[in-house]
Amino acid sequence: MEPRTDKPARTGAPPSRRREAGAAHSISIALAGSGGSGVMTAGTLLIAAAAKAGWYGLMVRTSGPQIRGGEAAALVRLGRHPVDTLDDAFDVLLAIDWQNVNRFVDEIPLTDRSVVIGDADEGAAPEVFTRSGARQIALPFKKTAKDIKGSWTNMVALGVAGALAGLPMGALETALRESWKRDAALLDANLEALAKGFAAGGGIVGVRSIPAGIPGRGRRWVISGNEAAGLGAIRGGIRFVAAYPITPATELLEWMAPALARVGGTLLQAEDELASVNMIIGASYGGVPSLTATAGPGLALMTEGIGLAVGAEIPIVVVDVMRGGPSTGIPAKSEQSDLSFAVSGLHGDAPRLVLAPTSIADCVATTQWAVHLAETLQAPAIVLSDQFLGQSRAIIERPADIAFAGKRVTAAANTPDYRRYADTESGVSPMAVPGTPGVVYTADGLEHNEGGTPSSNARDHDVQLDKRARKLERFDYGAMWADVEGDGDSAVITFGSSTAAVREGVARAGETGARLRLIAIRLLAPAQPEQLAAALQGVARVLVVEQNHGAQLFRYLRAMYDLPGKPASYHRPGPLPLRPGELAKAILLWCGR
Amino acid sequence: MSDAIVTTLRTAAMYKSAYKPIWCPGCGDYSVLSSLTKALAMIAVPPEMVAVVSGIGCSSRIPAYTTCYGFHGVHGRALPAATGLKVARPELTVVVTGGDGDGYSIGGNHFLHACRRNVDLTYIVMDNHVYGMTKGQPSPTTEPDWDSKLSPGGTGVRPFNPLVIALASGANFVARAFAGDPNGTAAIIAEAIRHPGFSFVEVLSPCITFRPEQRAWKELAHPAPVTATDDPARAAHRIMTDDGFNIGVLFAGRRVPYPIPTGKAQCTPADLETEFAP
Amino acid sequence: MNAATTRTVRTAKKAVARKRTSSRLATPVEKKSAAKSAQAKRTKPAAAAPAIVHVPKTLTEFMAQAWLMEVEAAQRYNEFADAMEMHNNRDVATMFRTMAGYETRHADAIMVEMGWTEFPPVTPRSGDWPGAEGPETAPGDAVHYLMQPWHALTLALASERRAEAFFVELARAANVDSVRRAAQELAAEEREHVELVLKWMKKVPPPDSDWENDPDPPRDMD
Repeated sequence: MEPRTDKPARTGAPPSRRREAGAAHSISIALAGSGGSGVMTAGTLLIAAAAKAGWYGLMVRTSGPQIRGGEAAALVRLGRHPVDTLDDAFDVLLAIDWQNVNRFVDEIPLTDRSVVIGDADEGAAPEVFTRSGARQIALPFKKTAKDIKGSWTNMVALGVAGALAGLPMGALETALRESWKRDAALLDANLEALAKGFAAGGGIVGVRSIPAGIPGRGRRWVISGNEAAGLGAIRGGIRFVAAYPITPATELLEWMAPALARVGGTLLQAEDELASVNMIIGASYGGVPSLTATAGPGLALMTEGIGLAVGAEIPIVVVDVMRGGPSTGIPAKSEQSDLSFAVSGLHGDAPRLVLAPTSIADCVATTQWAVHLAETLQAPAIVLSDQFLGQSRAIIERPADIAFAGKRVTAAANTPDYRRYADTESGVSPMAVPGTPGVVYTADGLEHNEGGTPSSNARDHDVQLDKRARKLERFDYGAMWADVEGDGDSAVITFGSSTAAVREGVARAGETGARLRLIAIRLLAPAQPEQLAAALQGVARVLVVEQNHGAQLFRYLRAMYDLPGKPASYHRPGPLPLRPGELAKAILLWCGR
Repeated sequence: MSDAIVTTLRTAAMYKSAYKPIWCPGCGDYSVLSSLTKALAMIAVPPEMVAVVSGIGCSSRIPAYTTCYGFHGVHGRALPAATGLKVARPELTVVVTGGDGDGYSIGGNHFLHACRRNVDLTYIVMDNHVYGMTKGQPSPTTEPDWDSKLSPGGTGVRPFNPLVIALASGANFVARAFAGDPNGTAAIIAEAIRHPGFSFVEVLSPCITFRPEQRAWKELAHPAPVTATDDPARAAHRIMTDDGFNIGVLFAGRRVPYPIPTGKAQCTPADLETEFAP
Repeated sequence: MNAATTRTVRTAKKAVARKRTSSRLATPVEKKSAAKSAQAKRTKPAAAAPAIVHVPKTLTEFMAQAWLMEVEAAQRYNEFADAMEMHNNRDVATMFRTMAGYETRHADAIMVEMGWTEFPPVTPRSGDWPGAEGPETAPGDAVHYLMQPWHALTLALASERRAEAFFVELARAANVDSVRRAAQELAAEEREHVELVLKWMKKVPPPDSDWENDPDPPRDMD
């Protein structure tokens, strides 16, 4: 149960170098193996154990194209401070076997300070990994598990990984016990395997260690971005969901199915995304806050529906868990390439809300906020999550409860001269909920007059277009529109899952003395010119960072905002994540240091 | 009707590409791939004259596993793509493949209209009563009480009957096959391709990963007790009263296939101008 | 158009006759006492005698049928080997590849013995098997991505036993001397194969009790 002490010096190790700033507080371990080897489970338990020990962590999954039995890797980063991004390289690559693991070479960068651990019986590590100069160690994973009847190889690997990370054995044991669903008799065997692995791991020296500390006092959760978004939706009041499965959003919907039922809501499986979006429009027209979740191809199908929600002023929330595009693209990998589509992909002049959570934890608050805004402003809100956030698991502080004050303005019964689309000052007009007497109206995608009657009249069109734009533009979104951190005349702007890597890159660049500001935009549409101007006070240059090929955020910001100096762009598409080191380098190059 | 196994063995290999399928070992789709290539060999159409069009899902991966021209389109839209291709290039043999989720759910609307239009296509659906590729959600042919994460306790919704819908909508050939009998399925597919108009073959193709209980299908599948009829109403009645496991050609109609224009020009674009002269 | 229908009649009848468990793998995967019962069964052919649908009238016709049986068995084993390779089950992939090699050799031996080149002169008919597929063809759903070498051998054992039983029945039903003799010879050869597989099985450890356990969840793709 004791925290691990610093390792003793040893001989034969590579000469120590000045560590990159910001990297000393975390350790990165990749667990790889092929079908049945259980590396995902081992990674999940490693995270669970870290959470129990009061640490933070992040686990990213990656695998081959097979549904079961494919090669897989759990990419884990653990530390004393919140971890929202992967590091530049892995300290440890632990492979139960090497079958097709070379597929992951780009996702598991190694350096000559890394350690590659394989099973002696599985052959040598592939050259693509060893050419990094990493130290190679062989451990008898399979044999150890075989010698303990009823135990599994991945438990040995878990023990090794836990020891290398510096986790206390007690946390690993507890994590395993609590997760155990099978025969109780086998639990002891696997605890033994875990212990054997832990002992073997303890014998390996020369791996970076994080200073130990006391378990945190805060309440910690282990959660994925998809689950977090689902929870945020329910907190925001969503009680109807229409669902059509699509990678990587399916888990959000599958989490919501029983959760929603428990709080008195309903989830309906639809025949496709056209049905999903129209179902939630129907339910919302009926007065129930409604949501669906999808990915790029599904969002493309939903556009007509989203336009209907704009025209008829019906609140809906659509979570887009972005993946590699365009078209079918790269379904199981992350990319931030639906931004342009989200902010402008509707026919006609169709203003809508577009938000993007900046981390797994932020998926809760941002989705909740999206529901609040959609309901308050009677408009569709698109939440741009992505595969990295959606399918990765992180240890986070329990997100604070945020009480949003607003809600849907509904028409009181028998309001005299009720006009559904009345041209109010704010642009928001009370919405009659079916069942309310005296305020009956017909919702319509056709352009209409204030009463809702279809109209092709020029004045009506002007009034309604202004109303729908005004209600979004005039609203006071407050400080949640973006996270603005730091100071200085150089600002780095980003959104979504890139935020964490940018933040760490900014921190590292800052260690050289550069004074940098970070602006992570949470509300992408409608544009917030006054707020951005305030955030850019004293800024002479901006760098826009994003994970897509077309520099979508860069172009959008240039179109919608006045940016100082000559704005610069750093962008590259998925499937590989942006990393702090590359960003730090790019930032320093850009601000001339 | 050819039974030339030697020919089919030699030439079936000609239709299989070098790509190894990613399907789970034991998947019924391996058998359907074999059946499709055998059927093409029986018909002896050159691979480059065949187009295999699919949507999204495990079974929609089939085109790349053949040496024919392939089109791996978007979810549920294989039939319209295939229709466009066949009408534009009627000399090609166009085979459409996909699963029950792709074909009957998001593709449901296109299914109705493809049957109605009766273009000379062959539509092979590998039905495993589940969305496999997205890890196990109910599909339109799933039993109402099948428990899943997305619909806990079951959808409670009646399953879709694609064969009857095909009949009612205008398909000219309706058959049910079973992946556990690859040679039988090959013969059915060959007949379907040869038959004019829209030929629909629903292949019961078990998913051993998400529906392992479907291994029992081999006990349940049995030959249809009657021969195919050309009377759609009779066929519909039979199908609506059968046990869902009648294997064989159930309807071989004489409905006129969609008449595809010959493509022969009768005049030049310049000739079209005459109507604008006052 | 009934050929398809009549072919499947036989499929169904034989399917109903066979007893199947609802376990993960079909018949070839036996419980822990399998080793013992395998011993006991060694001297007896497979339990259910297959109904012979068509009795070949000439030696040529019969040997063409036998050739097809080997070729189809090889194809199935190759298909399994490919699938196992794709799912990182290297050991079993190698075994299936080896088995495919044996079946191909048997098919080639028939060609040589009969003095044929490339293909038999008579077309064997696929509809003449007692079941849906040839007796030596392993059922397509009898595999699992985590199966172990022992399972692969059990599969092979069942296949060879079915083949032996088929030839024994055919010999009984044949009314042409040359066909009967050939059937008896091939039955004896299959018996040898059965023995070889049993010997091979002795060298292979029985499967772990939790062989089919995969702690990791399935992956979604498209």
